[in-house]
Amino acid sequence: MNLAADISIAWPEIFVAVTAMLLLIFGVFQGNQSARLISWLTVGVMFIAAVLVLSSHSGRTVAFNDLFVVDAFANFAKVLLLLGAALTLILAMPFNAREGIPQFEFPVLVLFAVLGMMMMVSANDLISLYLGIELQSLSLYVLAAIRRDALRSAEAGLKYFVLGALSSGILLYGMSLVYGFAGSTGFDNLAAVFAAGDHDGAPIGVIVGLVFIIAGLAFKVSAVPFHMWTPDVYEGAPTPITAFFAVAPKIAAMALFVRVMLEPFGDLFEQWQQVIWFISLASMTLGAFAAINQTNIKRLMAYSSIGHMGFVLVGLAAGNETGAQGVLLYLTVYLFMNVGTFACILAMRRQGRMVEDIDQLAGLSRTSPKMALALAIFMFSMAGIPPLAGFFGKYYVFLAAIQAELYTLAVVGLLASVVSAFYYLRIVKLMYFDEPLDAFDQPVGKEISTIVIGTSAVTALFILVLWPVLGSAAIAAATLFAV
Amino acid sequence: MIIQALAFYLFALTAIAAGVMVISARNPVHSVLFLILAFFNSAGLFVLIGAEFIAMILVIVYVGAVAVLFLFVVMMLDINFSELREGFLQYLPIGALVGIILAAELILIFGSWVISPEAAQSIAAPSAAPSELTNTHALGRLIYTQYVYLFQAAGLVLLIAMIGAIVLTLRTRPSVRRQRIAEQVSRPVEDVIEVKDVPTGSGI
Repeated sequence: MNLAADISIAWPEIFVAVTAMLLLIFGVFQGNQSARLISWLTVGVMFIAAVLVLSSHSGRTVAFNDLFVVDAFANFAKVLLLLGAALTLILAMPFNAREGIPQFEFPVLVLFAVLGMMMMVSANDLISLYLGIELQSLSLYVLAAIRRDALRSAEAGLKYFVLGALSSGILLYGMSLVYGFAGSTGFDNLAAVFAAGDHDGAPIGVIVGLVFIIAGLAFKVSAVPFHMWTPDVYEGAPTPITAFFAVAPKIAAMALFVRVMLEPFGDLFEQWQQVIWFISLASMTLGAFAAINQTNIKRLMAYSSIGHMGFVLVGLAAGNETGAQGVLLYLTVYLFMNVGTFACILAMRRQGRMVEDIDQLAGLSRTSPKMALALAIFMFSMAGIPPLAGFFGKYYVFLAAIQAELYTLAVVGLLASVVSAFYYLRIVKLMYFDEPLDAFDQPVGKEISTIVIGTSAVTALFILVLWPVLGSAAIAAATLFAV
Repeated sequence: MIIQALAFYLFALTAIAAGVMVISARNPVHSVLFLILAFFNSAGLFVLIGAEFIAMILVIVYVGAVAVLFLFVVMMLDINFSELREGFLQYLPIGALVGIILAAELILIFGSWVISPEAAQSIAAPSAAPSELTNTHALGRLIYTQYVYLFQAAGLVLLIAMIGAIVLTLRTRPSVRRQRIAEQVSRPVEDVIEVKDVPTGSGI
């Protein structure tokens, strides 16, 4: 295949890369006062990239000597993460202007992180997987520490960097073992090698390498027992960056996780299923119990996100087409719930200062009823109350688990969901039944209110868009099993 | 052949001796200089096995950049290295024990190392036979064709590292006076020099 054809397949990524560099040059010449313009341009670039992704043909095509793959699964994940990144970037603009993050590099780094994520979900080789992850992670480390004069932001960046470097090392170690024992890094070749191998089990080296790869990827999706960085980084990073961390990188890493497990290692299902089973169970349980004691809403969201990743991994542990479909549906729902909740958190300001304590939400229904209603919708949805979006996400992953006869996982998942409902509903109780404190600052700003209205509408009325989303998720999931 | 063998022993022994000196020299600057000597000798060893590209990269990257960076760090930072080295003898036995265990494991592994016959077939033939091309050509042909995607992606990762370093460390200090050479050169003489007529025997 010649270069022109390769470029046309990877066109969205190339477009993002080139515009990111152009915006960087523009920012260098214009200085920090252009940050707002560059942010809006970045949102526009993400929008155009999403259109490019959607307009590409849906069949499975590979480019650059099988290093890069475009299929319906990758396109689905790319649209989700572009949407998540664009929404969080819009949320970040008023915050940055107000809280003194003037750097024009902020949107550029977000764009590079998004590029890394797009490369991750399109990876068709262990090396391109690794480079995508590094491109993403390196941008995220810088973004976590971007408020370099604030102690907690610097601490968050440093913690994330050190632990992220460790996990990258673990991932690389596993990849080198797999390469050494299977003789290739390409996903297609690996799948062929494992499909041809005798079914008594792959070489022990491959199994050890696979476990290391799972550990590295579990770190990126912050699944237990590789979750330790999440609460500290979420708490320390500036709030819009936390919103970004909670959405786009999780979607990309989870999509990558699913692809790596099902495509190259699909024939080693029996070997990895027990590992995924365990980290899924542990994440759901820890996410449910550790969040109960939290008083800071960002830390609470961190544990909630760990729990959600556990639920998503149930779909992967099932290892069937319904499971992959459930993963994509859950990620879609998760995107809207989380962006909406973080938009509400960004609106929690009193006398010009951000407040992050959960108790500060007391009596919100009387001081700003609309925001209380929206936050209540998100909390009910996260708890998985039926007509809302969160229910459908949980329903489809548990359906897959039942189909795959993973009854323990499904039962523990339901129990964890009941426990986690406690702290979601506690927020609703605080807002509706406790004595009101002073009102939050008004107005909250056009960006935040628009996004809160939009995401709460999607979350509340998800049943209207359920079938189209489910349909495209089914097509996307099918491509993983068609190889 | 004999010249090659002689060269090998010369490079190998010097590299080992330099390596020992790196950790035993009293003066840290001498340590770094011995490190550079070790790098040069390893580069010589690479040339002997026909990997001239790696040899040159070793000299350029490690000697040219890394070792010089070490040298700057050693000279700029006020670290008392003799204090750091105290207790070296105290930890010597346990260190030696760990070293011996590691060496024994390595010997065991390499003693029983078998390369499976299938592995030889599954290795992708990287490029044309090594005798036909120089290392640099062969690498270039792979990097810029088959692996161009990875090469560009690695370039982007390095760009992010650079942006990150600048974002997190660059501070603009308004009080710092910078040289503006064009402005300085183009100043007219009248603005800069004033001729005073000083009467004899009195100050200005």
